[in-house]
Amino acid sequence: MATDTPPKIELKSVTKIFGEHPQRVLPMVAAGASKEAVLEETGHTVGLRDVTLSIPAGQTFVVMGLSGSGKSTLIRHLNRLIDPTAGQVLVDGEDVMALDEKALIAFRRSRMSMVFQRFGLFPHRTVLENISFGLDLQVSGRAGREACRQKAREWITTVGLDGYEDAYPSALSGGMQQRVGLARALAMDADILLMDEAFSALDPLIRRDMQDQLIELQSRLRKTIVFITHDLDEALRLGDRIAILKDGEIVQVGSGEEILTAPATRYVADFVEDVNRSRVLTAGTVQLDCAVVTASEAPADALARAGNGELQVTYVVDANGKLLGAVTGSTMRRAIRENTASMESLIEPVQTATADMVLEEVLPLTLQGDLPVAVVDGQGRVQGMLSRRSIIAALAETAGVAKSDQ
Amino acid sequence: MSLGGIVSLLLIAAGAFAAALIVFRARALEPPTRQVGLAAAAALTVAVLLVVAEVAGMRVLTGDAGGDTPLLPLADWVDRAVDWLVTEYGDALRENISNPIVFAIGFFERFLYQGIAWPAMAIAFALFAYHASRKWTLAAFVAGAFVLIWALQLWKPTMQTLSLISVSILVTALVGLPLGIAMGLSNRFRTVLMPVLDFMQTMPSFVYLIPVVMLFGLGTFSGVLATAVYAAPPLIRLTDLGLRLVDKEVMEAATAFGASRSQKLWRVQLPLALPNVMAGVNQSIMMALAMVVIASMIGVRGLGQEVFYGLQRQEPGTGFTAGLCIVLLAIVLDRITQAYGRRMQTHYRAGAH
Repeated sequence: MATDTPPKIELKSVTKIFGEHPQRVLPMVAAGASKEAVLEETGHTVGLRDVTLSIPAGQTFVVMGLSGSGKSTLIRHLNRLIDPTAGQVLVDGEDVMALDEKALIAFRRSRMSMVFQRFGLFPHRTVLENISFGLDLQVSGRAGREACRQKAREWITTVGLDGYEDAYPSALSGGMQQRVGLARALAMDADILLMDEAFSALDPLIRRDMQDQLIELQSRLRKTIVFITHDLDEALRLGDRIAILKDGEIVQVGSGEEILTAPATRYVADFVEDVNRSRVLTAGTVQLDCAVVTASEAPADALARAGNGELQVTYVVDANGKLLGAVTGSTMRRAIRENTASMESLIEPVQTATADMVLEEVLPLTLQGDLPVAVVDGQGRVQGMLSRRSIIAALAETAGVAKSDQ
Repeated sequence: MSLGGIVSLLLIAAGAFAAALIVFRARALEPPTRQVGLAAAAALTVAVLLVVAEVAGMRVLTGDAGGDTPLLPLADWVDRAVDWLVTEYGDALRENISNPIVFAIGFFERFLYQGIAWPAMAIAFALFAYHASRKWTLAAFVAGAFVLIWALQLWKPTMQTLSLISVSILVTALVGLPLGIAMGLSNRFRTVLMPVLDFMQTMPSFVYLIPVVMLFGLGTFSGVLATAVYAAPPLIRLTDLGLRLVDKEVMEAATAFGASRSQKLWRVQLPLALPNVMAGVNQSIMMALAMVVIASMIGVRGLGQEVFYGLQRQEPGTGFTAGLCIVLLAIVLDRITQAYGRRMQTHYRAGAH
């Protein structure tokens, strides 16, 4: 996704080693020693290894990996809860490592806020006081605090916690606690939102609710969201782009479909194997080429171009290229035998889908008629077709056929 | 030099070598040759020093363990240090610190047993207990305890002891809280203070009395000081623990939202550590009560003195009734402070991880 606008956040060759003397171990890690070897020989743990990422503005960027892959370490580098052993972290082109204590505090207050896995709420503060915590830090006096509370109240409404202002976090369910966490982060009005496994501690149904709420909020707020998760379905659902992390290294970065259809390594392929592909693959990716004829052509000419696909289906369009319907090979052959001059009387209606619809949405359409579904663009022009068989083939295609195996 | 000396020398050298090896092993990063080199150097230095000392006639290795003059004249050094303190600062300390505080304590003491009628005091404590626990049973018990103390004709010494404990705990809190906070915030300070606290807690409490009495003389102030020193460790330790027990993610959240160090301390760490700090205050009060009888030996008035009289005059009854009053006072103070500690965490108890 090469854009002209500079990336919001950039990581350049960030390496993090945990232990007593990380600098001494750095050359060994740079030389490519494995995580196990480094631990065995020096007692140091490699958290991240040479991670380079660029995160575009206004998108949801998901970092996905299993536990121990370094994803929580990665996100903590962005607001310097953890300092890198080597490498650079740039936010809007500004080197975060160059900030002194005071500038760092100002940076955290204005530029990014964070949502935590186990919520990280302040147990001694009410819901309202929790949400206004970050704002309270920046004001003094009663009047200032009152203004913060006012602002916090608006966010309580946004996340649907009206009536719970004065409750303590311990009185709330997990889902409600994380709404407080989300509101607390959003109240900061920063344009970057860091979410560290924000929904992982929630029940599946509530998790889905929260994901929906985040998607809805994001469609309005257009923040730069860095979302950490170990759940591939969640990653595919939320992420505009996804980075897959393994043992502190980035294995692949791409859109959900890219990762699903072209896994870079065997590891990624194994990972995506169990994914519900019908929710990710779109009609545009799976569609087959199809024959198209104009309604004014003679059936014989049309049949000649129909190819020999399933049922020899041919889509019929008008003079402007707009889809009218479809004819099958057998209909055309009968028309030729009966000397029917024009195609128009032969056209049967077909279901249509757009290229960005996921297969889950297209599948029911294929059941409404025997003819394959036509994939059309905004003007109704035919782009391709989707038969039941081609959809099932795409869903059944296992990730084992990774194109570039190690 | 005797054979025993040589054997012990060898043993010392081997021990030093092994110790050095273990230390370097733990660090794991030095190349093995350098480790061995350093360890050998350390062992050699120790051995050479011992030989030089032996040859110089100090008889470090072959000396008699039961001799009259100790090889290490530590007692002498301590004597001289305290003497120096007394001659240099004794008068100034008495005039500027001890006397005003003794005056204040005396005033407080008289206020407790003369300024307030005993029923008023009993009712005040009962209300206190109710406020802390919201239980009438505890309030009734507290009132009953005070009535019993009065009926035993030990009201005055009890109030004297209460005043001693109050002032001691105040001193303990003024010194202990900052130390505990510093310890909770700094690992380095913790490493330094930990052995000091261990020392303070294990050293028999009698030992404190000697220099304190030399500096400040017999009486209440010395009692307060010795009690405060004895009672401080639990408060310091529990304050440190309370700060360190604050959930890591909660602290990360405070940092991530741009809290400065002092904002983190005052708005997050201390409020969350409060129940533990309260437990520390409770423990310190119990320690202070344990010191009451010992303090009576240096002329501190109160229940301890009654116990001491009982011992001197062989009157078990006197000792028992005074001891009973100490127990009652301990239970009353313990239940009230514990109830306050619990109330402080009712808000978030269920949510604590």
